Amino acid sequence: MKYVDEFRDGEVAATLAEAIAREADTGRRYAFMEFCGGHTHAISRYGVTDLLPANVRMIHGPGCPVCVLPIGRIDMAIRLVLERPEVILCTYGDCLRVPASDRLSLLKAKARGGDVRMVYSAADALALARKHPEREVVFFAIGFETTTPPTALVIKQAQLMGLANFSVICNHVLTPSAIMTILESPEVRELGTVPLDGFVGPAHVSTIIGSRPYAFFAEEYRKPVVIAGFEPLDVMQAIRMLIRQVNEGRAEVENEFTRAVSEEGNLKAQALVSEVFELRRSFEWRGLREVPYSALRIRAAFAAQDAERKFDLAFTPVPDNKACECGAILRGVKKPTDCKIFGTVCTPENPMGSCMVSSEGACAAHYNYGRFRDVPVVAA
Amino acid sequence: MCLAIPARVVELMDEDMARVDLGGVRKEISLALVDEVALGDYVIVHVGYALSKLDPDEAEKTLALFAESGLDLQAIAEGSA
Ligand code: SF4
Repeated sequence: MKYVDEFRDGEVAATLAEAIAREADTGRRYAFMEFCGGHTHAISRYGVTDLLPANVRMIHGPGCPVCVLPIGRIDMAIRLVLERPEVILCTYGDCLRVPASDRLSLLKAKARGGDVRMVYSAADALALARKHPEREVVFFAIGFETTTPPTALVIKQAQLMGLANFSVICNHVLTPSAIMTILESPEVRELGTVPLDGFVGPAHVSTIIGSRPYAFFAEEYRKPVVIAGFEPLDVMQAIRMLIRQVNEGRAEVENEFTRAVSEEGNLKAQALVSEVFELRRSFEWRGLREVPYSALRIRAAFAAQDAERKFDLAFTPVPDNKACECGAILRGVKKPTDCKIFGTVCTPENPMGSCMVSSEGACAAHYNYGRFRDVPVVAA
Repeated sequence: MCLAIPARVVELMDEDMARVDLGGVRKEISLALVDEVALGDYVIVHVGYALSKLDPDEAEKTLALFAESGLDLQAIAEGSA
């Protein structure tokens, strides 16, 4: 496939690996966080870690919207669909299997009689509402800045159409606030348990918000950021660019993904998002707890499309499953294999925590592509 | 969740919709979030919506940068770097 295969070429990967090894200073250690689950996925799937020198370490970040969604938000959707038979709750496939309270998930709520459906796009959710005027169609919307503009669009369309039976539970969260929370976390600032020399910045989020919002981290926190595409060669090139910045004592925002990301981003999408949404004062993230101004809610002008107002939904925080280390993994403090139930009790078929649910979660990525790397090879 | 792929626009349709080709698979997507997409353009598609256009010149430049890392290796091997 054009613009995909060229960025996965094995031979080029080998030369990039050599270039990285040549440029990495053997006398120091490098630790970079890939914020996005998409990068985590690429790194595991293509074995990028194996191509890096031992002193270059990649840390998984919290950039998978399914992984950072707190249990309480899913509970909210489950309560709604089980208590109100008129509701059709629809959402993206990955959300269906996230474990919630009382051993439930949206999928299990469906088995209990809730009308839960999977949609591929926000447009499908809107279409469902048009098809079932006698029902209440509620779209459980999640995602970073990538998925937010489509949600904004359908909310606006529903208002224009006067579609009274369509509303949205908005769980959209913001990348820059999450990065800032990591940089402000005690693990990074005081304890030094998570050494961070820079970030591989989001790919598709940046197509929308552009590269500019990251300038703050480079300037205020002196951390280099390199925005990278999701193909393995993109990630490797970004690592190489980060190593260069560190070696040269620079902390700048660089863009490896110029084929899709500009400095200002997609202005049309940004305008639409700010018309429909406003900042929430605070929002709970799994792993990062309450993060101020880190999520969006629907503006009062679109109250009729806001399911939280319409059905008077309240959020109750719920602690994570005790055995699950997702929170620490999302902060970069632990690795999937540090979790006692990784790969035994918790598997992609039967996830106990959110990081095992979507293929971009750190646990699922490691389970699917990396778990045999931990097994020593023994000659027969 | 944030995975998206570059797809070629093969047909422009009404109401900001388009048909794209994803490695042989045809799919209808929305162009409502991007401006001025022409037939044959590549767009990055995510959950049924084009998020941005793909710039072929920039893609070439990035590939050329990858290739350079091979070149300096060669230069090193030949003792000229
Ligand atoms: S293995 Fe499962 S339970 Fe453990 S941290 Fe990962 S997702 Fe959570």
